[in-house]
Amino acid sequence: MQAHQRMLDPTPNGLHSGESPLLQTLGLTKRYGDFLANDSIDIDIWPKEIHALLGENGAGKSTLVKAIYGLIQPSAGEIRWQGQPIVLSGPSEARSRGIGMVFQHFSLFDNLTVAENVALGLDGKESFKDMSARLEQVSKTYGLPLDPKREVWQLSVGERQRIEIVRALMQDPKFLILDEPTAVLTPQEADQLFIVLERLKAEGRAILYISHKLEEVKRLCDTATILRGGKKVDTCNPRLETAASLARMMVGGEIKEVKAPAGRKTTVPRLVVNDLTLAPSEAHGVRLEHISFELKGGEILGVAGVAGNGQDELFAALSGERLSKDPGTVVIEGIAAGHLSITQRRKLGAAFVPEERLGHGTAPRMKLSENALLTGHAASGMVHRGFIDTAATLKTVDRATETFDVRKAKRDPEAASLSGGNLQKFIVGREILRNPAVLVVSQPTWGVDAGAAAVIRQALLDLATAGAAVLVTSQDLDELAEIADRIAVMFHGHLSAPLATSEATREKLGLLMGGSSLEPKEAAHAVGA
Amino acid sequence: MQLVLEKRAERSNTIALVSPLIAIGLTIVTMTVLFAILGKNPLLALHAYFIAPLTDSYSLQEIAVKATPLVMIAIGLSLCYLANAWNIGAEGQFLIGAVAGSWIAVKTQGTDAGAWVLPAMLVLAAAAGALYALIPAICKVKFGASEILTSLMLVYVADLFLDYLVRGPWRDPQGFNFPTTAEFDPVATVPLLIEGGRLHLGSIIALLVVAAAAILLGRTIKGFEIRVVGAAPRAARFGGFNANQLIILTFAVSGALAGLAGIIEVAGPVGHLQPGISPGYGFTAIIVAFLGRLNPLGILIAGLFLALTFIGGEQAQIAMKIPLDVTKVFQGILLFYVLACDSLILYRFKLVFPNRQVARGTG
Repeated sequence: MQAHQRMLDPTPNGLHSGESPLLQTLGLTKRYGDFLANDSIDIDIWPKEIHALLGENGAGKSTLVKAIYGLIQPSAGEIRWQGQPIVLSGPSEARSRGIGMVFQHFSLFDNLTVAENVALGLDGKESFKDMSARLEQVSKTYGLPLDPKREVWQLSVGERQRIEIVRALMQDPKFLILDEPTAVLTPQEADQLFIVLERLKAEGRAILYISHKLEEVKRLCDTATILRGGKKVDTCNPRLETAASLARMMVGGEIKEVKAPAGRKTTVPRLVVNDLTLAPSEAHGVRLEHISFELKGGEILGVAGVAGNGQDELFAALSGERLSKDPGTVVIEGIAAGHLSITQRRKLGAAFVPEERLGHGTAPRMKLSENALLTGHAASGMVHRGFIDTAATLKTVDRATETFDVRKAKRDPEAASLSGGNLQKFIVGREILRNPAVLVVSQPTWGVDAGAAAVIRQALLDLATAGAAVLVTSQDLDELAEIADRIAVMFHGHLSAPLATSEATREKLGLLMGGSSLEPKEAAHAVGA
Repeated sequence: MQLVLEKRAERSNTIALVSPLIAIGLTIVTMTVLFAILGKNPLLALHAYFIAPLTDSYSLQEIAVKATPLVMIAIGLSLCYLANAWNIGAEGQFLIGAVAGSWIAVKTQGTDAGAWVLPAMLVLAAAAGALYALIPAICKVKFGASEILTSLMLVYVADLFLDYLVRGPWRDPQGFNFPTTAEFDPVATVPLLIEGGRLHLGSIIALLVVAAAAILLGRTIKGFEIRVVGAAPRAARFGGFNANQLIILTFAVSGALAGLAGIIEVAGPVGHLQPGISPGYGFTAIIVAFLGRLNPLGILIAGLFLALTFIGGEQAQIAMKIPLDVTKVFQGILLFYVLACDSLILYRFKLVFPNRQVARGTG
């Protein structure tokens, strides 16, 4: 059978039977020490197919894709390309064979133009002029408009993703891997992307689509392979499944529904922002423009928006990582705090969860107990006369582990050794256990598995019910719809007036996220900083 | 077949401990080749370097004496390096400390000043070293000047300043025009631990410094701040720790320790101020800090080991006419291997066989 397959040439059209897949992994295994990141995975990807790769964080999706793209070498098993076993020495060999990849995190140079960035990513020998011309042509053909002469820092996230996609398409790949491409897009931009992907498929290309948005997968993909704990669970037709059944396969059990506890009452304003304007701290940062809102106890305010529209700057201004000259711009628990440091704000009862888990929310190579101390040293009795109370820090780890079901190999491992979901549960737990009056949390479930996401959302709801004011910044509109009472949108450093969640339809939010105003008159779509 | 570096899933604590030993092993192999090229018997040379100094009491004491400044300086440097502040100028801070402390010794020479002289010298030397180290630290924090360059350049300023003093105003009138101060009075001299021996009180101070650093880094919030700022600057800012403040603090502490080491060297084994009081302690201490894994106990061991190479180098020169500079070559090679082996903590070597077919069942 294997020899037979090897002899055959794949034909892009027609039924699968009797042909060999475009790309196939046989028993692909990747071992890191004792840990099996991929355990004997068989996957077949056919031409003219959009194949979803589903799985929770840590299920082995990235490992599998990295092996297919030549970034890592499998420990065992083989990869077949058009029926032939291949060993990829690296991504450039993968590209030359016709495998392209668009990463979740862009690798673009802000100060270079679109064309220069594309040129850097290509292995070819064509002149810069020819390349630029081809770039324009490819971007036109696929309806991915790009100005080759623009510098990247001026572009929106959606446009940056287009560069990555066009760069991959310029290699004319037979097989394209996309890692969570819609994570950074507005709903309207995502629809545009789907049209492009359908078109690529119609041309006979295959696409491996990594996502955890199940509705999207059902809508777009022909096949779905589900991974769990490094093993393949199943390959199925997602259109014949429900989102719930796909989620069950991913998680290996039922996912807890998030319930808003009854009897939630709003109380006094606990976080007030008055006309906050802040110049960017970095060359290409976003300027915060006249931001004002009031957040009462018992209330969850959602901040939607495409990444890079000032959410990071707002978080820094609220947390005190950046100070404001005017103390009155940020008021925590009735006390003007714009000029106070993050430690002083914590002492007022505020708690913060940043977007980046590793390197911002935690020091990756330090133990959990030390990371508990990182934010707990200010007001949690972990420090006596300058000396660390190790028992108290360990107790926080144990309590967070117990309350939020943090799974880890030992009692006090390094932060970096935890999976994304478990680390996020620890970070959220670390802050919630301090009973904050105000919690500012950024992307609480970004890249977190479904089970952990449910635990975290529930914890935020419970915290609000207990009387805290919670501000959640998220790119996941479903998440905001699930937990927020009101939703505001950030665009170019402005924050829209909050809409009640019941009135905040995807269309309305999508328009605000794209910079249009909800009034009939057209708002100027200013591009750039 | 191909040798690749592969990232480990988790940092290897075993390698973290073993890596300095691998580095020492590789250094010895390289030195063996070097000795052979120089036409010396490698076995005899290695014996002179590493075994002979351990066989008599005088050499053993001498090792402790040489290790004293190395360990004190390296402890200070390790605080800087942990906090991501690159103080390369400990040699200058050492010299300025020596000069400042000597000032009291020179000014009280021949008077009936009492027991306060030596403590005052130590305090002044530490203060001067700290202030001298603050120059690059403040330039870094205020103007963003690279502390690597500024701290290094200030070494030469300190060196020439010392040179000027001992050739000019402080020169011993009875010193036959040699560039040196007069021998310090007994009250301005670091007492010996063993009558007629070499071991002096400075070694005890060095041990106390090691213990203090171990407590600071392991038990206190300040030590934690230093470690976080270096390991994850953004997380440190999120924790509310001020990186600039810590640069100032670690530079000051490291300068103070280097200055203290300087005056202890001058008022101890040397006995007077003269040029060449340091065979490059401030630079060798950089190697000690890294070889000791920026860990106080590790630095103590590494300091003793590098002191051994100094003594061994002298013995090899006397016994086998191996140039003394070979010791510096040795130390340089050692630092190179230490840094190279450190990559093994986070990475591992792996052989890749590109054309190996993996046996598998029917599938």
